[in-house]
Amino acid sequence: MNEHLRRSAADLAADIAARRISSEEVTRAHLERIEAVDEEVHAFLHVDGERALAAARDVDARVAAGEPVGPLAGVPLGLKDVLTMRGAPTTCGSKILQGWHPPYDATVTRRLLEAGLVVLGKTNMDEFAMGSSTENSAYGPTRNPWDTSRIPGGSGGGSAAALAAFEAPLTIGTDTGGSIRQPAAVTGTVGVKPTYGGTSRYGLVALASSLDQPGPCARTVLDAALLHEVIGGHDPLDSTSIDAPVPDVVGAARSGDVTGLKVGVVRELGGAGYQPGVQQRFDEAVALLSSLGAEVVEVSCPSFEQALAAYYLILPSECSSNLAKFDAMRFGLRVGDDGSRSAEEVMNLTREAGFGDEVKRRIIIGTYALSSGYYDAYYGSAQKVRTLIVRDFAAAFETVDVLVSPTTPTTAWPLGERVDDPLAMYAADLCTIPSNLAGNASASFPVGLAPEDGLPVGLQVIAPPMADDRLYRVGAALERALTEQWGGSLLDRVPERAEVSA
Amino acid sequence: MSAAVMDYDEALAAFDPVMGLEVHVELSTASKMFCGCSTAFGAPPNTQTCPVCLGLPGALPVVNRTAVESAIRIGLALNCSIAEWCRFARKNYFYPDMPKNYQISQYDEPIAFDGWVEVDVDGEPFRIEIERAHMEEDTGKSLHVGGSTGRIHGASHSLLDYNRSGVPLIEIVTKPITGAGARAPEVARAYVAHLRDLLRALGVSDVRMEQGSLRCDANVSLRPDPAAPLGTRTETKNVNSLRSVERALRYEITRQAALLREGTPVTQETRHWHEDTGTTTAGRSKETAEDYRYFPEPDLVPVAPSREWVEELRATLPEQPHLRRKRLLAEWGYTELEMRDVVSSGALELIEQTVAAGCAPQAARKWWVGELARRANETGSELDALPISPAQVAQLQQLVEAGTINDKLARQVIEGVLAGEGEPAEVVESRGLAVVSDDDALGAAVDAAIAANPDVAEKIRGGKVQAAGALIGAVMKQMRGQADAARVRELILARLG
Repeated sequence: MNEHLRRSAADLAADIAARRISSEEVTRAHLERIEAVDEEVHAFLHVDGERALAAARDVDARVAAGEPVGPLAGVPLGLKDVLTMRGAPTTCGSKILQGWHPPYDATVTRRLLEAGLVVLGKTNMDEFAMGSSTENSAYGPTRNPWDTSRIPGGSGGGSAAALAAFEAPLTIGTDTGGSIRQPAAVTGTVGVKPTYGGTSRYGLVALASSLDQPGPCARTVLDAALLHEVIGGHDPLDSTSIDAPVPDVVGAARSGDVTGLKVGVVRELGGAGYQPGVQQRFDEAVALLSSLGAEVVEVSCPSFEQALAAYYLILPSECSSNLAKFDAMRFGLRVGDDGSRSAEEVMNLTREAGFGDEVKRRIIIGTYALSSGYYDAYYGSAQKVRTLIVRDFAAAFETVDVLVSPTTPTTAWPLGERVDDPLAMYAADLCTIPSNLAGNASASFPVGLAPEDGLPVGLQVIAPPMADDRLYRVGAALERALTEQWGGSLLDRVPERAEVSA
Repeated sequence: MSAAVMDYDEALAAFDPVMGLEVHVELSTASKMFCGCSTAFGAPPNTQTCPVCLGLPGALPVVNRTAVESAIRIGLALNCSIAEWCRFARKNYFYPDMPKNYQISQYDEPIAFDGWVEVDVDGEPFRIEIERAHMEEDTGKSLHVGGSTGRIHGASHSLLDYNRSGVPLIEIVTKPITGAGARAPEVARAYVAHLRDLLRALGVSDVRMEQGSLRCDANVSLRPDPAAPLGTRTETKNVNSLRSVERALRYEITRQAALLREGTPVTQETRHWHEDTGTTTAGRSKETAEDYRYFPEPDLVPVAPSREWVEELRATLPEQPHLRRKRLLAEWGYTELEMRDVVSSGALELIEQTVAAGCAPQAARKWWVGELARRANETGSELDALPISPAQVAQLQQLVEAGTINDKLARQVIEGVLAGEGEPAEVVESRGLAVVSDDDALGAAVDAAIAANPDVAEKIRGGKVQAAGALIGAVMKQMRGQADAARVRELILARLG
């Protein structure tokens, strides 16, 4: 494997800025790696090597000219295919958007490009971010680099797998109910869902507007923080964006000091129903935090029991409306337009052919939940539960600084195991959903391999809104102590991919 | 199907009409409700669009602050309460001219509610209660091609123009209007005219009904008497002139009355008004109407206008229309009757602007309520839609007062201005309409007239000075009406006196 592939983004950026290596050679190494392993992993839906190399040479030229560049300039990155980028397709993992080239950049994309990051391509995902395994992608599943017979999590399985397969040192994910954190957990990587409003949703093709949030994915805590800082901050194009400075996430990631930090273990998220090895690694990590000076207490958030049910009413309701625009009239797939059919018939045929089963399932549920006569019982009740969850968090954060839980109840399961069982699939997001409903900050950090299957386990940290820095403080503390214990990064243990020579 | 109608007076003798009016006002903000695109009318199709108003995946709305300000000012001018906190909602339905397949509107939390206005119906005040005024975005426009009617039925294909998509709208909804009796159609017309004047005075909209910037949907139902419960209503759309408001309601009342007299129930439905035939036809039936699945718009944060802001905006409100009318009546020295004519012909604003341009109030009234109203009536357009400006009318009057033209020539000048021939002075020049008062030219014409009418000339010589009129007429005819009549008279008397 090329020497650049395992390095952190922070190190690569420092060497590029100091002209010890060029962005072009780093980018080329990653493109070659994608060429070699992505046929098997399938983390990417679209790769534009020419464009990436041109962007890399541009950074190299700016560095050579002595121009100041950002702290991640020249570092290659994968962008989840739910964020628009001019000059590239955006499919959202759906047939219905096949061939669509958006005419504008998402705010996250624009900030990445302005900061000199080199976009390698667009990463695979469950169709319209609906799923926890990436098996709902219309373009085929992504495989988990730890065991390619297993799922990489979802919806952002492509972004997580690209990191674990060393195809990119950084990726962008989006998290609606766990789509950044759950894939991070099952691939042994770092994934952060910023506070709702902390990163811009402009150009993020909406699943559920009140829940979606873009965030950084990386192999190290510092890399995630550096990326968070690049994409975060107020955006006047997103009305729900918070007009306040980005919390000092980089400072927190460099510090990693948890002395005196009050850590609450959520009683409702753990125990019975959790895979023993997941619970074991979680408990050990909590003990480690305690030994590092954190004060650990148990906290109860009783409304979390209803979170999954409320989520699966609010999300489908919003998505049934958000996905109405995919009607074949202005962009994307068009089916049945033979001159004899009405616009309405073409809309129906296109949506029938262009959407997958899970998307249709949620559109139907959401349409029903918003119908007059059912609105109060379903959407209305779910919003009340949401309020209760916000209150549970508020009460908990009166006594603790952060909450922790396992990120997901199990490690990566075999591909195909849950495709016919939506409820089992939904259960993967049991621990991650409450944070989306409340709009606070949360993250998943790797805490080891489950003894029974040797697969990665993630620990979730949740912080109050706009206290994203606390996530990084906890993550960095764990990373430092665990790397020492393990004698290196957890990802050093990912099986070597047989590289198909290009 | 052409429905039978009942004679209007007969209908009103048998039934009591109840109306509800929904008026959509396009705001004249520079940019759209949720994006920075221009709202200018008449641009080439799809040139004023962006990812937001095209509803492209990923794009997000941002509320136009000026539109909220206009909404609050409209609410205040309608004597409404202004919400301390309100949200936008999504109204979900599929239609190709609505790019997101939902409209961002307001549902159960309008920005303004519970107001009233007092309108003038033939000099008498009539109070109309306002239910609400809320903000929403306009849709694009569909053009159905290939059919005979321009409607979607029978068309071979449709063209879509999204320039209007996202233009800010305020929808103003009345409470049921009762007690108008036979005057119901006039009350409705007076109400829409009142809104138009009010909105124009507020400076928030172009209020051009012919361009669709003020659109009215008229609901009406009949009941046997004012004590009876409300009857089944119809909603007539596409009522886009003051005259149509009155005509459409009059027609619907007579149509419903005919049905009810036969014992046929009125169907609750949307109907379309046809200006050409003066009738309405059934549109979508409300029983099969879609469920709009309203829910709070998650892409926007609530609108919470501070009380300080609302009070600041209240201070910017123009004079109330009825008070303004009273003031102008005194300033201009009109009679009550003259003022009523001015208001009912929609000339108040125009006269005010004409007076501001230097014209005497009586002269301004004479032109607008006389010649110009007659021409507007002939072409079936609104007075303010005539292609002549108050400044041009003022200039016309100056030309009359300077003796450059007389009243008769002035009518020809108006014709030229309306035909797009330029400013009044330019029309006088290009059409050669100036009055001739040059003694040489007039003297020659006078001599010719005397020579041609020796008997008349003899009478004048004999002291019958009033016979001079016949000679003046002859001179005028000879000079195509452009002679200075007073000077001609002097010249005739000087020669024959």
